[in-house]
Amino acid sequence: MGFEILLQLTVTGLAWGSVYACIALGFVLIFKSTDIFNFAQPELMMLGAYMAFALITLFKLPFIVGFIFALVMMAAIAALLEMMVVRPMVGEPVLSVIMVTLGLANVLRGLTGLVWGYEEQQFPSPFPDDPIMLFGAAINQAEIYTIVATAMLLTIFFLFFKYSSSGISMRATAEDAKTAFLMGINVKQVFTASWAIAALVATIAGVFLASFTFLEPIMGHTGLKALPAMILGGLDSVVGAIIGGLIIGVVENLAGFYLEDYLGSGINDIAAYVIVLIVMMVRPYGLFGTKEIERV
Amino acid sequence: MAVTRFCIRSYPQDLKVFPSPAARISLVWLLLFLLGLPFFSGKYITFVAAVCGVSVISALGLNILTGYTGLISLGHAAFMGIGAYTAAALANKAGFPFLAALPLAGLLAAATGAVVGIPTLRLRGLYLVVTTLAFEFIVEHIIYHWESMTQSDRGISLPTPDLFGYTLDTYESFYYVVLVLAVATALFTKNLAMSRTGRALVAIRDRDIAAEIIGVHLAKYKILAFVVSSFIAGIAGALYAYLLGLISPDHFTFNQSVLYIAMIIVGGMGTVMGSIIGAVFMVLLPEVINAISSPIASAYPILSPRIGAVSVIVYGLVIILFLLFEPNGLYGIWIRIKRYWKPWPFTY
Repeated sequence: MGFEILLQLTVTGLAWGSVYACIALGFVLIFKSTDIFNFAQPELMMLGAYMAFALITLFKLPFIVGFIFALVMMAAIAALLEMMVVRPMVGEPVLSVIMVTLGLANVLRGLTGLVWGYEEQQFPSPFPDDPIMLFGAAINQAEIYTIVATAMLLTIFFLFFKYSSSGISMRATAEDAKTAFLMGINVKQVFTASWAIAALVATIAGVFLASFTFLEPIMGHTGLKALPAMILGGLDSVVGAIIGGLIIGVVENLAGFYLEDYLGSGINDIAAYVIVLIVMMVRPYGLFGTKEIERV
Repeated sequence: MAVTRFCIRSYPQDLKVFPSPAARISLVWLLLFLLGLPFFSGKYITFVAAVCGVSVISALGLNILTGYTGLISLGHAAFMGIGAYTAAALANKAGFPFLAALPLAGLLAAATGAVVGIPTLRLRGLYLVVTTLAFEFIVEHIIYHWESMTQSDRGISLPTPDLFGYTLDTYESFYYVVLVLAVATALFTKNLAMSRTGRALVAIRDRDIAAEIIGVHLAKYKILAFVVSSFIAGIAGALYAYLLGLISPDHFTFNQSVLYIAMIIVGGMGTVMGSIIGAVFMVLLPEVINAISSPIASAYPILSPRIGAVSVIVYGLVIILFLLFEPNGLYGIWIRIKRYWKPWPFTY
């Protein structure tokens, strides 16, 4: 009995963790290439899910077509936002940048509420409803698909950054934008591309999250938990973001079940934040982040 | 005709709290206006003015931490919540009078501020931002789930405050309490900013390593900033609780923290006047949107559930547009206008 529950919780945790990892990956991508901390990332996830929802239910597109259209549209929207709102902020103080993206988050959340209302909606999940049995544990299929798809996605990104020339130019910009510019890399294009890619990943995360939960504008709050995930891994580490996301997903699910009797209900909602507080006290640059060395 | 103009001629003059006679005169007029406000406005406007006052106090507190010291905190509403719930618990459960509950609320918030401040000494920039964010969510969670103390989302009510034998049972009477405290906080902040301590804080903001080299004790001043800021936030929270009479976890959420940051940015970071203008502006903004949209909503009832969304959008847009086009905030605009008119009628 104990083992089945543990397995079930772990798989659910990994599925949630994959979602966090995807969002955190978007954070890291944008942060690395543009030095901008994008608080609107969870809202991009929410908007992506709504976009897919609208395309699939309103225009009666098949799931996969609607999904792809949503990806394309979200990438375009994010690229536009980058050019209009965020680019003038490059190089501004941290707080201004954070506030611009927080303002952006508000605008996106308001627009979503304006268009689709604030009620919970059932997302047309493409995955079969009946759970599969694995070593005696009943496991939601959508969760398995989420984990597998995220793993594939991350592999693709890994290969993209490692071997493709646009991936390499993005890494170069992340390393040092000025030098990359001098080497003939189109830095502006890289900035826009990093936002577009972040929106793509966010949309994928949003669609998966909506598949095993509901669709509601409050989704952004769930997405905000990707922040501790990313901080846990270290701000500028892609691997760290993924591991941080998975750790937080698993821990909050386990804590929600095993610690609920001791610490009260809803402990899973803040487990992520408790973890990040503890880790920050021990390792101020996260698990994999590079320590900044300051020159005076 | 000789035009006598005021200009700053010496350093001691430059260091005065109110540099020019004109500034002093206009402040007196402003104070007179604020004192008279309840007499010529309705109950609701007095209430909104009191909310403005509470927000001004809170924004000034955040300004010390974020505006002067440069430590970004997304947990300001949590400190306010701690103050508010301390006051509520003391007044409701232990029967403490207003005059005792208020400072105790501030002290508990300050103690929490010190505890939060210590681990954040090693954190920089975004790591600090997310840690304060974590603190905010944890406090929010505790407020929501510690039912026996806070009564969760049913809210906890406060008795009518008493002050020196007077019962402050109207918005008008409480408005004056808020006004006095807001003016006191503003004067305190202004004096702090111009003192040795204030200069140390600004030095930390501008370059902490350089500040350390010239002899600023980083740990001491950073914790000091946290303590002072959270003390003020706690007081503001307690005042807010007494003003509303009934508080619930919704009053101290992450979005509220964002709102306070927005206040000091829209007003102008690191200036006392900026925090005041920003707080008033951000409190009045939803009121104005409401005033415009409620006739529309009553005319077209279909739209009414969506009006809230418009308010969220406008609020977000205000923040974005200010940062893109007027990073110095409303106070910056005021300074520019003043400069433009200074040499009038001669352009140079």
